[in-house]
Amino acid sequence: MIGTGISVNSITARRRHPLARYAVVALALGLLGGGYAVAGPGSSNADAAIASGKADDVAQGKSLFVAHCASCHGLNAEGTAKAPTLVGVGAAAVDFQVSSGRMPAADAGPQAARKPTAEWVNEETIGDLAAFVQSLGGGPTRPTAEQVDPTMGDPAKGGELFRANCIQCHNFVGAGGALTYGKYAPPLNPATPTQIYEAMVTGPQAMPVFNDSIITPDKKRDMIAYITHVRSQVDPGGSGLGRIGPVTEGLVAWVVGLSLLILAAIWITAKKRRAKA
Amino acid sequence: MTDNINDQPEGRVPARVIGTPPSNGPILGGEPVHEVKDVPGVIPPDPISARKAERVVALLFTITFLAGVAFIASYVIFQVGTIDKTAASNYALGSSLSIALLSLAAGITVWVRRIMPKYNLVQERHPMASEPETAEYVEETFLQGAGESGFVKHKMLRRTLLLAAAPLGLAPLVLLKDLGPLPGTALRHTVWGAPTKDGKPRRLVVEGTGQPIRAADFDSPGGILSVVPEGYEEDLNALAKATLILLKFRPDELKSGTNLNWTHDGIVAYSKICTHVGCPAALYEQTTHHILCPCHQSTFDAADGAKVIFGPAARPLPQLPIGIDSEGYLIAKSDFKVPVGPSFWERGDAEAEAREQKA
Amino acid sequence: MDTTPKPIAGVSTFLDDRLGAGSFLKRNMRKIFPDHWSFLLGEIALYSFIILLLTGTFLTLWFKPSMGEVVYSGSYQPLVGVKMSEAYASALNISFDVRGGLLIRQIHHWAALLFIAGMMVHMLRVFFTGAYRKPRELNWLIGVGLLTLALLEGLTGYSLPDDLLSGAGLRITEGVMLGIPVVGTYLTFLLFGGEYPGHDVISRFFTIHILLIPGILLALISAHMILMWVQKHTQMPGTGRSEKNVVGAPFYPAFMAKAGAFTLFTFAVIALLGTFAQINPIWLFGPYTPADISAGSQPDFYMGFLEGSLRLMPSWEINFLDHTVSLSVLIPALVPLGIVMTGLALYPFIEQWVTGDRREHHIADRPRNNPHRTAIGFTGITFYGVLWLLGANDEISANFHISLYETTIVGRFAIFIVPAIAYFVTYRICIGLQRSDQAMLSHGVESGVIKRLPHGEYIEVHTPPMEDIADHIRGKKEIPVVESGEDTDGIPPKGARTALGRLRSKMSQAYGTDHIPLEEGHGHEEHAAIGAGDHSDGHKDGH
Repeated sequence: MIGTGISVNSITARRRHPLARYAVVALALGLLGGGYAVAGPGSSNADAAIASGKADDVAQGKSLFVAHCASCHGLNAEGTAKAPTLVGVGAAAVDFQVSSGRMPAADAGPQAARKPTAEWVNEETIGDLAAFVQSLGGGPTRPTAEQVDPTMGDPAKGGELFRANCIQCHNFVGAGGALTYGKYAPPLNPATPTQIYEAMVTGPQAMPVFNDSIITPDKKRDMIAYITHVRSQVDPGGSGLGRIGPVTEGLVAWVVGLSLLILAAIWITAKKRRAKA
Repeated sequence: MTDNINDQPEGRVPARVIGTPPSNGPILGGEPVHEVKDVPGVIPPDPISARKAERVVALLFTITFLAGVAFIASYVIFQVGTIDKTAASNYALGSSLSIALLSLAAGITVWVRRIMPKYNLVQERHPMASEPETAEYVEETFLQGAGESGFVKHKMLRRTLLLAAAPLGLAPLVLLKDLGPLPGTALRHTVWGAPTKDGKPRRLVVEGTGQPIRAADFDSPGGILSVVPEGYEEDLNALAKATLILLKFRPDELKSGTNLNWTHDGIVAYSKICTHVGCPAALYEQTTHHILCPCHQSTFDAADGAKVIFGPAARPLPQLPIGIDSEGYLIAKSDFKVPVGPSFWERGDAEAEAREQKA
Repeated sequence: MDTTPKPIAGVSTFLDDRLGAGSFLKRNMRKIFPDHWSFLLGEIALYSFIILLLTGTFLTLWFKPSMGEVVYSGSYQPLVGVKMSEAYASALNISFDVRGGLLIRQIHHWAALLFIAGMMVHMLRVFFTGAYRKPRELNWLIGVGLLTLALLEGLTGYSLPDDLLSGAGLRITEGVMLGIPVVGTYLTFLLFGGEYPGHDVISRFFTIHILLIPGILLALISAHMILMWVQKHTQMPGTGRSEKNVVGAPFYPAFMAKAGAFTLFTFAVIALLGTFAQINPIWLFGPYTPADISAGSQPDFYMGFLEGSLRLMPSWEINFLDHTVSLSVLIPALVPLGIVMTGLALYPFIEQWVTGDRREHHIADRPRNNPHRTAIGFTGITFYGVLWLLGANDEISANFHISLYETTIVGRFAIFIVPAIAYFVTYRICIGLQRSDQAMLSHGVESGVIKRLPHGEYIEVHTPPMEDIADHIRGKKEIPVVESGEDTDGIPPKGARTALGRLRSKMSQAYGTDHIPLEEGHGHEEHAAIGAGDHSDGHKDGH
């Protein structure tokens, strides 16, 4: 997981870096100027840690950005007709999109799909890219390992929030669902806890934003706990049939149940063909 | 008693019988019947094949016995209490039961097919209608009975009987009235319009946590929240009409369909209850501002007063007038101006009325 | 065994003395039941019903039909501490804290699906073989009633656990009821004991589900069985079978054993499903609240066509004089159900009117031999099928990445076009099958043997069909046509003078005319000459 890459030591080391204070100022300006940034209490440490990335990181990120992202998002991430501006989307959005393979996008369909990440993508390059985008205008940062640790959340509480806010699109166990014009809510099963968190704070693509001041990071962790708990739990009644509800059940009743019974009926009533002696 | 019959010497009438003597001989258990009769249409099985089949059937029945024992053992061995244990118990009980039933079924089928004879028996059918004589007799008897009863002749009797039956027939229906109250105007109001205990405007609170919402905190455009009325967080009757979706827009995104006076700083509240048949319409796409109902896919444009852009819903989702209180929390300024949720007979064009009132 | 064992003899004599059971048994022990696999389809429904009664009784021992609020404290961790109704908590309790409870719950639900699926296929069999004809119209009507009741029974049943999915169904039911003109709001308030969801509906549905409807079902099923018994089962055409007899195996012992085996098969298949295929995992749905809903909220399959028709409908609504008629709810909720159920119920009588056929029928038609009926049947199936499919259009859209609206828009046309195509295609297929029957009777069966004649011509040897197959084919009966021809003075018969009468005779002509009358073969054995250069049909058999 991406979030675990930042140890406490590296945070302190980065804070002592000469450029840290500029980064902090830049961050502060970004927060004020952008006006869209998240000011959740739990995220300030992480903000500082990532935003204070070395100038090297930002520079590295910039070159990665130019190589892989600029063709759609513009050289300065100002956005083009093809793709939106990335100023103010924050490191969390970069991490979500790139680590899940959605970005760089393969083609201009209604929605960028999760796919295997490109070869150049690894924790370090994502970090650099995230640092660069963060330096452009702030925005939600990547969560800490603790913020997304499912074992520290309360799945029952998370379940209530999950049902109130998520299942209308993602289905009751996160199997996904249809949206308008070819868009869809993706299944949550492949998403890491970090990605789930980042999706909530950044609102990727059609998904709405659930910012930290209303759904606090603790509550998000509860939801992550519920999602990971339920998706890893066995189906006590046999095969889950995709966990999408009565559609597959009806199909099984007809295709399996009725067919087996018709076979049995044929066996029972079949004419006995005597072997001719 | 009945057993004695066969013990009597033939042709001798019983001298004395205690109790009621049976009128006929025993229904079963009489004369010995020879097993194999050559009946046309009954083709006996090949004895060698039948002997082989018997072994198969016996094996299948034994499997049923063992699986049945396994079922009872599974009940004792596999306890429940966690989801994994339940899964194990379900598999053990279910598979032993299935095997038991399946092999019993298969055993009987093999028995029928290979040990019982092959039948090609013929039975006559008769027309369903009765013989004419029977029908005639029935008709005569019917008329005779009708005459005897006096029902035809005595007019007053007939009429008062019908009269007597009418209220009794209605009684069960009348008794059902107390199943529920009359609708009155209940469907036109929600708890958003009801005064709070301390007389303050009612706050919007987050569904699931119950916390009030500071307008300044709900500041991410593209954000959505499921919102319920303060004080009614768990009242399902209230929630069935009063649940909201709260959306945050950039100021330039809102179009003319949205009543800007009812918004606060780009925050708009719509009824979450679909105007089609009442499902919570809550799929929100922040890029297109579509609100989609997952039940029948009515789609509403949230930026334009939630007007319908696709699907079976005929009316926009009603907008709730909201504002903030002195502490900056979002409140309802009044109830919805039109009834929320599905259409009903008495509803009428409430939207037009609301427009007229405003004008 | 030459004598009846004492215990059986004793008991039977006891009963005979008191009930006169003997004469009943004399008439019925050797009652003949014709053999055909399709005659067992109705038994799927019958035995599923028995399983439903047994498992349902088990479930009631723990289920609490109450909407009172409790805090869950059972074995399912992700819901511990969550407030929910007692009904939902007790359903969770049955699933996780009663040994075998989950199995029985799942068996109950699978049996419900197979109950209705069994009724549907049974009904289709009866329809396509014309087994609803005189004297069996009453039993057909009972069947239509049973199917309608079964749908209601299913709806009240899956609403009971009070989970988020079942609540969505209940909410839609409420929304549809509200839309009924004049009385809708009153009916809704009576059913729910006030405003939706209220506190009464679960216990009321419970009574309806476990007492009222099953009682009526039991009575109607008994009547259905008795009528079948009294009228004797129809049989397929074949050697030695006529309208005046019934050929098959006796009830005792063969049919009894077969029925017993099939009961066990039904139970076994349902138990297999209950063991290995999870159904209605209520713990994943969460407790009901009218504020939430899940993507992909679907009814059980038999309600899918209503869901589909609601989804297809454009947004029509009429407002007049302060009143509202919500066509976008009423039309889809009532019209397809009305068409299907009324159509089924009236079909025997409409057919009788069209053909003027008042005879008793005991030989089943082969579907091909009444092409219009079969085509109408498939029209119905596709009409239902398109609606059913559209009821799952969100799952289709999400899983096959087809745009959601496109599925709806395609569906709006398909609901009219596909059944029409189905009619035409089915009709043509029936005619084609009749042709092949005719060919088989008149030319025999291709034997696969190619013979070279002395003058060099190749022919394929044809042999006459096996006698039982030929008799099966010869069972085709002509469909009567009402008299419509003008007499010598050019005056049509009395019944055909009105517009309705003319329509009737036209329909009758179309319905009854046999385009491919059977003709017997000319006793030849070798046939179908294959021209020297013609490889179009012979060469596959030749190698």
